[in-house]
Amino acid sequence: MGNEAIGRGIVECGCSVATSYPGTPASEILESVVAFCKETGSRIHTEWSVNEKVAYEVALAASYTGKRVAVSMKQVGLNVASDPFMRSAYLGVKGGFLLVSADDPGPHSSQTEQDSRFFAMFAKIPVLDPGSPREAKEMVRLAFELSEAYEIPVMLRPTTRICHARQAVTLLEPNRETRPARFEKNPTRWCATPRFVTDLHRGLTEKLGRMSADPRFMPAFLTGDGTFPRTAIVGSGVAFAHTMDVLEELRLSGKTDSYQVKIPYPLPSDFVERVNSAYERVLVIEETYPVIEMQLANRKIAGRGSRLVPNEGELTPEVIRGVLGKFLDLEPAPPAAAPPAPGARPTLCAGCGHRAAYYAISQTFPRGIFPGDIGCYTLGMNLGAVDTVHCMGAGVSQAAGFYHAYAQDGGEFPTVVATIGDSTFFHSGIPALVNAASQRARIIVVILDNSTTAMTGHQPTPQVGRTASGERCRPVSIRDIVRASGVSFLMEVDAYDVQAMTDTLRQADRYCRGDGGGVAVIIASSPCVLATEAGTTQMGRAVHVTEDCTGCRECVDMFECPALVWNEDSGKVGIRQAACARCGVCLSVCPTQAIVAGEGGAA
Amino acid sequence: MKQRIVISGRGGQGVLTLTRVLAEAAMAAGHEVITTETHGMAQRGGSVLSTVKVGPFHGPLVASGEAEVGLFLHADNLPVHGHYLRPRAAAIINATNLAKHDCVDADHLAALTGEARGANLALLGYAAGKGVLFAGPDLFEESIRKSTPAKYLDRNLAAFRAGVQAAR
Repeated sequence: MGNEAIGRGIVECGCSVATSYPGTPASEILESVVAFCKETGSRIHTEWSVNEKVAYEVALAASYTGKRVAVSMKQVGLNVASDPFMRSAYLGVKGGFLLVSADDPGPHSSQTEQDSRFFAMFAKIPVLDPGSPREAKEMVRLAFELSEAYEIPVMLRPTTRICHARQAVTLLEPNRETRPARFEKNPTRWCATPRFVTDLHRGLTEKLGRMSADPRFMPAFLTGDGTFPRTAIVGSGVAFAHTMDVLEELRLSGKTDSYQVKIPYPLPSDFVERVNSAYERVLVIEETYPVIEMQLANRKIAGRGSRLVPNEGELTPEVIRGVLGKFLDLEPAPPAAAPPAPGARPTLCAGCGHRAAYYAISQTFPRGIFPGDIGCYTLGMNLGAVDTVHCMGAGVSQAAGFYHAYAQDGGEFPTVVATIGDSTFFHSGIPALVNAASQRARIIVVILDNSTTAMTGHQPTPQVGRTASGERCRPVSIRDIVRASGVSFLMEVDAYDVQAMTDTLRQADRYCRGDGGGVAVIIASSPCVLATEAGTTQMGRAVHVTEDCTGCRECVDMFECPALVWNEDSGKVGIRQAACARCGVCLSVCPTQAIVAGEGGAA
Repeated sequence: MKQRIVISGRGGQGVLTLTRVLAEAAMAAGHEVITTETHGMAQRGGSVLSTVKVGPFHGPLVASGEAEVGLFLHADNLPVHGHYLRPRAAAIINATNLAKHDCVDADHLAALTGEARGANLALLGYAAGKGVLFAGPDLFEESIRKSTPAKYLDRNLAAFRAGVQAAR
């Protein structure tokens, strides 16, 4: 897998500190670093930091001591880390600093399809854009070398189709050179106050100038056979790889000059000059924003500016076929058959405690407002218990915003229930909670605690007390943090107990509306069913549906458990025993008590 | 040798395992191979797709109408991912009976071996037994041995062999 190739590259290059916060499509990078460390006996400090900003800063200081470091995250994680990121370009680094920011054109599992290469250009640091997992691994080495040569952070920008692609790569022995930590104090650099910043900025610009003349920054050139004279295709990343495949399929390989840009920023001025003088027609194919195109600064270029390449979405082979067809004036592609059907939508797992908590929330407050957050529990939108999803931690702040907007009008305000997972709470829910408490927002915050980062593959959260490499560490209690945030209403509930959850929600609502009310926090706990054996869930006995089922569909429509199946012929509900986790929550969902515990009944 | 394979299913059905087994087998046969798979939100029961490209390809994605082989773990995914198949592609569907398609009840075969979760390997066994893949059953058995943890090996091999048998 591309992420494994990157992780292996990090270990081979003698990296000393690797940090990350999980997020698709980047999560497997740190996991691979951990796995290859164990396999090769390398010593690297690996950590799942609480968020990307923290991950970035931990790695940054380690680099100041001369050691090689790597920090990996998904593209929106870089938004969180943007503060240390931007300044690190000015101050620079000592030991090689590799930033992996994994983009998600499409997007497949993200809230934007932003292009991290633009962020690199904004920060004025070099960015490497691999076209295959193999190239991603090679670029890790190049990134460390460039970073040390120019004392600057270097970004590697893979996309989903690199991160989650698999390909054979060559393994090398890890570099076991150990560099002792040596931090040389230099206040004008490491503490740079505004009066030193202009000089540092000048130094940065000067570094970019030197890079422009460095042959390692030159794109790879593939010469054409003259079939299409004075015509060139310039591309980068996996979009370039797909362009090569499409040209081969069209039997047009090697007919035009083409350039694979491996370092989209900064582009060498010689290259810009050459493209703009040697060709009459130039097509630029890159994901997802026009980073190369803007640096070429030529209005005649075929690309996003000319609207030949779509400005949104993934550049799939179909899209590239259409673009090449127009650019090279080919026969149009055969029209696609009927548009494909939408696939099945994802849903919370059978036996997931989040489903029970969401059911209680939506049933207790039919007119409530429900800001949600990022994680598996975003799927609460299927259950009518998530009304907004924005970015990590936003649910709690948005809940406060909703309250203040309604409260200002006077009179009754709606019940506002924010839901946030344990990992997201540590990531950026804590400042939002402190803020809501100090601003006396009368809201309910339900922390859905499944003791893991479930969506991204079960990375440990701080309250678990386990490091990225599986060792024990100090657990940090959510309960203590909530209390210390200035919250006086705190209740803990077993998420599977719908009745207790409902009672607690009502109590919390009364507290919010009472004299001196404020933020009410409920911690609804239920370990993730994928991370634990299903047998440990609440009931552990098979359930079945009796004759009393009236076919009202309450359970399939409002509870939506994948183990509940609607039988079209009988007009009743059945249980798919192979899928059922035996949590028993559906017993309290059926209005006619037709779902009962015990063996028997038709599946 | 060039073969483009799409593997379609629902999150949790073992599409990723099949992708890995196919890729391992391609490497063992001395081919270049590049694959891509679905992670994240869709893994929670949503429709997922993997592609396996065997031969000298650059990128991992398969275009509409390009795939020579389709392995469908869920019949309902045919209208979703069927468009990737070329007109005379070999499509193997996990279903009891569907007009115009080569079907095998992989769920049933796997259940007979005592492990319902082996349907993915039963489907692979059937495809390998039918000879539509770039390699025969022996090579895939080897790749299952390599990529399966010891405690699941017997049951996974049993499911795979049940598929191979069903093809004969």
